[in-house]
Amino acid sequence: MGLRYLLGRLLGMIPVFFAVVTAIFFLIRFAPGGPFDSERNVPPQILENLNKKYHLDEPLLMQYVHYLNDLAHGDLGPSFKHANRTVNEIIGEAFPVSLELGLISLVWALLIGITAGGLAALKPNTAFDYIPMSISILGICLPTFVIGPFLVLVFGMWLEIAPVSGWDSIGDRILPSLTLGFAFAAYISRLTRGGLMEIRSLDFVRTARAKGLPESLILVKHTLRGGLLPVVSYLGPALAGIIAGALVTETIFSIPGLGRFFIESALNRDYTVVMGTSLLYFTLIFVCNFLVDVTYTILDPRVRHE
Amino acid sequence: MGEVLHVRDYRAYFHTRRGIVKAVDGLNFNLSAGETLGIVGESGSGKSVFLLSLLGLLPKPPLRIESGSAQFGGMDLVTASEDTMRSIRGNKIAMIFQEPMTSLNPYLKIGTQLIEPLMIHRNKTKDEAFKIVKGSLLKVGIGDPDRALNAYPHEFSGGMRQRVMIAMALTTHPEILIADEPTTALDVTVQAQILELLKSIQKETGMAVILVTHDLGVVAGVADRCLVMYAGKLFEQGSVDDIFYRSQHPYTHALLKSTPRLDKALAALPSIAGTAPDLSKLGPGCPFDARCEYVKEECRNSFPTAKRTEEHESFCHLEKLP
Ligand SMILES: Nc1ncnc2c1ncn2[C@@H]1O[C@H](COP(=O)(O)OP(=O)(O)OP(=O)(O)O)[C@@H](O)[C@H]1O
Ligand SMILES: [Mg+2]
Repeated sequence: MGLRYLLGRLLGMIPVFFAVVTAIFFLIRFAPGGPFDSERNVPPQILENLNKKYHLDEPLLMQYVHYLNDLAHGDLGPSFKHANRTVNEIIGEAFPVSLELGLISLVWALLIGITAGGLAALKPNTAFDYIPMSISILGICLPTFVIGPFLVLVFGMWLEIAPVSGWDSIGDRILPSLTLGFAFAAYISRLTRGGLMEIRSLDFVRTARAKGLPESLILVKHTLRGGLLPVVSYLGPALAGIIAGALVTETIFSIPGLGRFFIESALNRDYTVVMGTSLLYFTLIFVCNFLVDVTYTILDPRVRHE
Repeated sequence: MGEVLHVRDYRAYFHTRRGIVKAVDGLNFNLSAGETLGIVGESGSGKSVFLLSLLGLLPKPPLRIESGSAQFGGMDLVTASEDTMRSIRGNKIAMIFQEPMTSLNPYLKIGTQLIEPLMIHRNKTKDEAFKIVKGSLLKVGIGDPDRALNAYPHEFSGGMRQRVMIAMALTTHPEILIADEPTTALDVTVQAQILELLKSIQKETGMAVILVTHDLGVVAGVADRCLVMYAGKLFEQGSVDDIFYRSQHPYTHALLKSTPRLDKALAALPSIAGTAPDLSKLGPGCPFDARCEYVKEECRNSFPTAKRTEEHESFCHLEKLP
């Protein structure tokens, strides 16, 4: 039954994870340049010491074995660029910020998206349908670096009702999460509308009407579950994408999230930070998709019995 | 026997962008308690549209009831409010459909779906409702009701699902059961079982049944009276004997000729030549004119009035079928 399938997915994850570790490890090292190339005028002696300190003087295979060993102990190693800081520390500090931003954005996206899509499906081809669906096209097309400054301009500068940068008070959460969540809300609203409209045309909804059930009960009991399945399957990629894609938003609003480290480390060849952040994102994507599978199994009895 | 349904001059048109589709154009009939009325006609003749619109199950627009009335229990279903219709649907008039595979909600347990009519229309608690539906399941030949209640639709075959649909329709003891091709999707032996089941339940409860089918053989087997429809129009109605042995209509004749019979083995079954007309482009004449072998000048100009002998009614310009 479904349980065995889910367990299989979990176990199948182990070799995939191993392959990902290996691939990133070697790819980043084969990229031209090294972590200390950009420091100007480093005396050869110091460079040598640095390389020694970070085991960069050893053969690549040995470094790989070292890394695997540390990883198995939950140690992602020291950062090459941020002296005296470990990757665990960096992630431990920055990731919760990104996670919080992502989760708040997702809540916005779900609230706005499902409400708008549900209304549109209840009153198709009316203003309740046309207006939110037109806005959602904007949401999907406009990039965050347009939406963000636009919201800052309207709510921060003109109306002055929301702070425009920082990550301290509750108010600081409003504009960044709206910026980040907007595109996802747009997408979810379209998925919701499509899903509900499709379900509503199915035979079993006609049966529910023929039984004399009121429309509201039909919506809640008979159409929501099946109609929201597309949204559920979208949630996994969405959550992962929302967190990983927070970079632009984090930059616009000066938020100390993980996105900055991710990009910076790749440019600086800060090998361990690249590895750490990539593995984190990979795990995140996997976990999100796994949770979606679990939810799907709960929602659709036909999957459960396969 | 008391009459439960009077339909007079019932017309239901779709108002679409491409024109007006006269899906049902002038139906008249009565239905008595305990009686089975068969409705036959080729695909697209308006059988489903009529029954679905009667119960208010088709969105308006595009559908509009242009004229007519349907008297049921002292009121007119055509003018009744949506709330009234909702209190009748699944309660006094129940309906089962052609597609047993998709007519039940795949996401909900069968039990959850079965008790809905009782909870909505009879204010039963869950426990009371479950007790009643178990009885209904036994009655439709589902031997292990407890297991059925906890099963999901996909665990059941088509025949079993149609039994579940029938059980669901029966829980509220409807006065009329509408069955829109209930056996078309099932294989022949199951078909016979389901029809047999409907017949025996009807004998027990005295409800009236409207049975839509393509299959005149089915009508001969279970119906008391029969109504022949073509292109939204009523062509002929009468007792089953009237239709099968004294038919006055060329279309009914053609239908009968194209029905397989057990007593006469035919090499190839003749089908009616030509195709049904486009319902949005009908003229004033008889819609069967292009396919009728007895077509006359007046057939193209006007639709005939009824020729009646007692219960038997036929709409054809022909004096007598040769
Ligand atoms: N929503 C709609 N808009 C326009 N025309 C429609 C609509 N629904 C049905 N029709 C038309 O109404 C006519 C009657 O269809 P109906 O489904 O009642 O036929 P039927 O007699 O039940 O056929 P079948 O035996 O295949 O079930 C058909 O010509 C169909 O194309
Ligand atoms: Mg039909």
